[in-house]
Amino acid sequence: MRPPSLPPGHGADRSEDLVVATPDGLYCRAGDFYIDPWRPVPAAIITHAHADHARVGHGAYLASHDSAGVLRTRLGADIALETRGWGEVTQRNGVRVSLHPAGHVLGSAQVRIEQSGRVWVVSGDYFVSGAGDTNATCAPFEPVRCDCFITESTFGLPIYRWLPQQAVFDDINAWWQANAEAGRASLLMGYSFGKAQRMLAAVDPAIGPIVVHGAVENLNTAYRAAGVALPDTVRLPELDAPGLKRALIVAPPSVQGSAWLERVPHASDAFASGWMQLRGTRRRRGVDRGFVLSDHADWPGLQAAIRATQAERVIVTHGYEATMVRWLQDQGLQAGAFATEYGDDALDDAAAAA
Amino acid sequence: MQAFADLYAAIDASTSTQDKVAAMRAYFGQASARDAAWAAYFLAGGKPRQTVPTAVLRAQACRMAGIDDWLFDECYQAVGDLAETIALLLPPSVAAGAGAGAPHDGDADADADPDALGLADWIETRLLPLRGQPPAEQAERVAAYWAMLDLRGRFLLNKLIGGGFRVGVSKLLVQRALGEVAGVDAKQIAERMMGYTDAKTIPTAARFAALLAGADASQTGDVEGVAAAPSGQPYPFFLAHALDGDPAGFVERIGPPADWLIDWKYDGIRAQLVKRGGQVWLWSRGEELITERFPEVVAQAEGLADGCVLDGELLVWQDERPAPFAKLQQRIGRKTLSARLLAEVPVVFMAYDLLEWHGADQRGHTQQERRTVLERAVAGTAVQLSPLVEAGDWLALAELRRSSRERGVEGLMLKQRNSPYGSGRTKSTGVWWKWKIEPMTADAVLVYAQRGHGRRASVYTDYTFAVWSRAPHDAAEAQAVVDHIAAGQPAEPGALQLVTFAKAYSGLTDVEFAEVDRVIRATTREKFGPVRSVVPSLVFELGFEGLQQSPRHKSGIAVRFPRMLRIRRDKPLHEADTLDTLKGLIEGSRQPV
Repeated sequence: MRPPSLPPGHGADRSEDLVVATPDGLYCRAGDFYIDPWRPVPAAIITHAHADHARVGHGAYLASHDSAGVLRTRLGADIALETRGWGEVTQRNGVRVSLHPAGHVLGSAQVRIEQSGRVWVVSGDYFVSGAGDTNATCAPFEPVRCDCFITESTFGLPIYRWLPQQAVFDDINAWWQANAEAGRASLLMGYSFGKAQRMLAAVDPAIGPIVVHGAVENLNTAYRAAGVALPDTVRLPELDAPGLKRALIVAPPSVQGSAWLERVPHASDAFASGWMQLRGTRRRRGVDRGFVLSDHADWPGLQAAIRATQAERVIVTHGYEATMVRWLQDQGLQAGAFATEYGDDALDDAAAAA
Repeated sequence: MQAFADLYAAIDASTSTQDKVAAMRAYFGQASARDAAWAAYFLAGGKPRQTVPTAVLRAQACRMAGIDDWLFDECYQAVGDLAETIALLLPPSVAAGAGAGAPHDGDADADADPDALGLADWIETRLLPLRGQPPAEQAERVAAYWAMLDLRGRFLLNKLIGGGFRVGVSKLLVQRALGEVAGVDAKQIAERMMGYTDAKTIPTAARFAALLAGADASQTGDVEGVAAAPSGQPYPFFLAHALDGDPAGFVERIGPPADWLIDWKYDGIRAQLVKRGGQVWLWSRGEELITERFPEVVAQAEGLADGCVLDGELLVWQDERPAPFAKLQQRIGRKTLSARLLAEVPVVFMAYDLLEWHGADQRGHTQQERRTVLERAVAGTAVQLSPLVEAGDWLALAELRRSSRERGVEGLMLKQRNSPYGSGRTKSTGVWWKWKIEPMTADAVLVYAQRGHGRRASVYTDYTFAVWSRAPHDAAEAQAVVDHIAAGQPAEPGALQLVTFAKAYSGLTDVEFAEVDRVIRATTREKFGPVRSVVPSLVFELGFEGLQQSPRHKSGIAVRFPRMLRIRRDKPLHEADTLDTLKGLIEGSRQPV
C-alpha cells in the first residue's frame, strides 16, 4: 500500500478540515482513514455497497452491520471487514467515528466524524423525499447534527420532486395487472441492488408469479438474510409458459435486448429510475413505461436533509455540484464542492441505470 | 382537455404504432366534433402562433417555484424542453389533488380534473384570447390555468401556449386513425386534410365533419358543398426515393433512360401553385399557405388558365440559374417584403408537374401525358418550365449530373413516364427517383459541444467543428496547438490554429452519440453555460451541400446542411482539412456553366 497522497497545498492552513478530497478518495487525516476511496488504501470506511462507493483492494474495511452481507456478496467473502451497529462509536487516533442510517439501500450509512468538539458528516448516497417517504428495505435516513455536511447531489435540481412512492407502486401494480390480464409478461427493469428489492417489497404478489434475474437473486439472498421481507420469487427457467404470461420479471437494465429475454419476446417493458422523471430520458430508453422511482433524495429532500443537520458548511459531491453550491450560497450557507469519482457522471445513461 | 392530455400521454409513452392508432381511434370515437377538430389539427402538426411570450411564462414559473433565473436555466439545460421544465418546476397543484401524475402515468382518473372544459373551449376561450393581453394579465391567467391542471395537463398547456406542440405520430398515422373511425380510406382523408393545419384557419366542427364525411362525399376544393374547405385546396405531394450506386448497373435496375422523364433536382422550396376562380394559392410541402410571401409568383401565374394546379419548386432566379438556397432563406420568414428585397432576391415558380387541368384531377394520367399538358399549360405564361435533360445512356447522364453544382442544382430527378402521380412517399418505390450528387466532404475537428434537445437532452449531440488555418507540418505541430488549447493559452497571431466553420448535430447513431458524449465529458476544458469546449481529439468526416463565402463567419465561409457522415477514428488530428481546402471547394462550385 502506498501512503496517502495529499493534494498540493494541503497543510496547516487546511488542517482544520476533518475530511479532504485526495486523488485516492475522501480522506480523514486526523483519523488516517478514507471514506469510499476509489483507489486501494490501507483503511476504508464504506458508506454502502454500490460499486462506485465500495471497491476491491483496500487493506481494511469498516461498514455497518446491515451491509456486511451485501458487501461480501459484491467484494468477496474474504475482505478484511469489521462492522458496527448504528451509532456505535469507534476511536481512530482520537477521532470518534460512528455510522448512521442513510436510507439509500440495505446497510447504507452516513459517516459521523468527531474531533475536539467538531463534527463532520459524510452522507454517501441517501434517500429523503419531499413527500416524506422512507425506504422500506433499510433503516431510514437519520438526520445527524453537524458543523459540516458532505452531501451527494445526484438529483440536485428542482425539477426532481418525487411523487409519494405509493402512487408509483400503485402504477407499477396496475401496469402488471393490466399486462397479466392481457396475457403478457411484465419486464420491470431497475438496478439489481436496492431498486429491485424496494420494488419487490412493494408489488402485489397476488397478481401473479414473480421472476427475478440471477443478479437480483444474489442480492435478495443477502437482503433476506438481513431480515428484510421479500415476496417469494422464482428464476426464469422454473416458470412454465402460462405462468410466464402473468409474471412480473424483475431484472437489471442490462437485460434489455439481450438473449436472456428470448423466452419472453412479447413482454411489456418498463424501467424504474429517478431519471425517468424526464421525458427525453424515458424516450431514449425506448421502453413502454418509465416509473419515476429513485433511492436518492429529490430536490426538496436534499434541502430538508441539509437543513436538518444544522450545518453551517456544506460540501457537495457527485451530481449537480455547481448548481447546489450556488443555491446553498444563495441561502446563506458556506458551500463548496469536492470532485469525486462517485456516480460515474450522474448525468449520463450509465448512471441512469443505477 | 383532460382526455386530450391522456391521449397525448398515451401516444408519447408508446413505441408501438398499433397502440398509437388505437389510442387515437378511442379518442376520436368519443370526443365531440369541436374537440376532435382541434385534436386532429394538433396531431397532424398544426401549430397556432405562440399566445404568450416565453419570457412571461418563464418569469411566472420562476415566481411560483420560488427560484431565480439562473436556476431555471440549469433546469432547462437538463430537461431540454421549456414546456416540460415549467411543468416540472411548478409547485404541486392543490386543485388537481395529490394524484397529480407525471406525464406518462396512464391511469390518472378523469375526475382529477375539476375543470371539465373541453379542448376546443380551452383553446378558443382561454388560450387564443391570451394573445395581445398585457404581460401582467397573461401571467395571472396562465397561473390560474396551471393551478387547475396536473403535471401532464400543465405540460400540454405549455406546449399549446408556446406553439411548439409536437407529438410522436406521423400525419399518416393520424389519417389512418381518422380513416378507421370514419370508415373512409386513409388516402382520401389525406387529400381532405391538405391545408387543414394551416395556421390561419381555425379548426371547426364543420371542417372536421368534412374530413370524416362518407366515402362518396365530394373532395376537391372547388366544390362548395364541403362547408369549410378552402377552395384553394391542394393535393398531397408525391415524394421521391433516393437512388444511388453505380450508373453502369442502372439499366438492369431501372431500365433504359428512355423510360424516364429526367429533369434537374432543384434546391428550393417544393410548392404547389393552385389557380381556381381567378385566384392563386401557393402551398409549401409543409402544407403552409405561403401565397402572400411570394407576390411575384402570383403575378407569374396570371396567364395560367383557371382550374390548374402545378407542382414545382420556388427558386431564387439570378443570372439565368437558381441561386444558392441561402438566398431563398432571405425571403423565408420575412413578414414585410420591401421593393428592394423583391428586386434583389426575385423568386420564380419552376413547374415540373401538373395535377389539375380545367378543373379535372390529372393525377391518374401518366407522367408523359401530364408533361405534355404541362407544357401547354405554362406556354405563354411567366411560369417557368423545368427543362428535360436528355442523353443516350446512364453514363452520359452521370456525366451531366456532374455539372449539377455549376448549374446550382442538386442532381437529377427521374420520373417514370408511364406512372401516375402517387401520394406521399409510398412503399412502392421506383416511380420517382432523386439521383443526387455526392455531398461535399471535409475532415474536421470537434472543438465545442452542446447538449441536444428533447430525446437527446443531457447528451452532447450538437457539435462545432474546425479545420486548420493551414496544413500542419507534422503531428507534433498539431499536438502543440492542442497542448496550447488544453492549457488555455490563446493562439498567437499568424500561428497555426483551428478555425471553426460549421455546426452539425445529425448523422450519428445513438450508440455513436453516446460514445462521443463520453469523450466530450472526459476531454472537457471549459463550460460556458450549455456549451463545453474540449481538448481536440476527434476527427469527423462532414458532408454538406454547398459552400459560400460569408463575411459573417470567422472562417469566412458558410456551409449548407452540414452533417456528420462518420467518425474518422483512423485520422490523426494533423490530417484534418484546412481552410484552403474548403475555399477550393467554393471556387470549384463557382465555375460558370
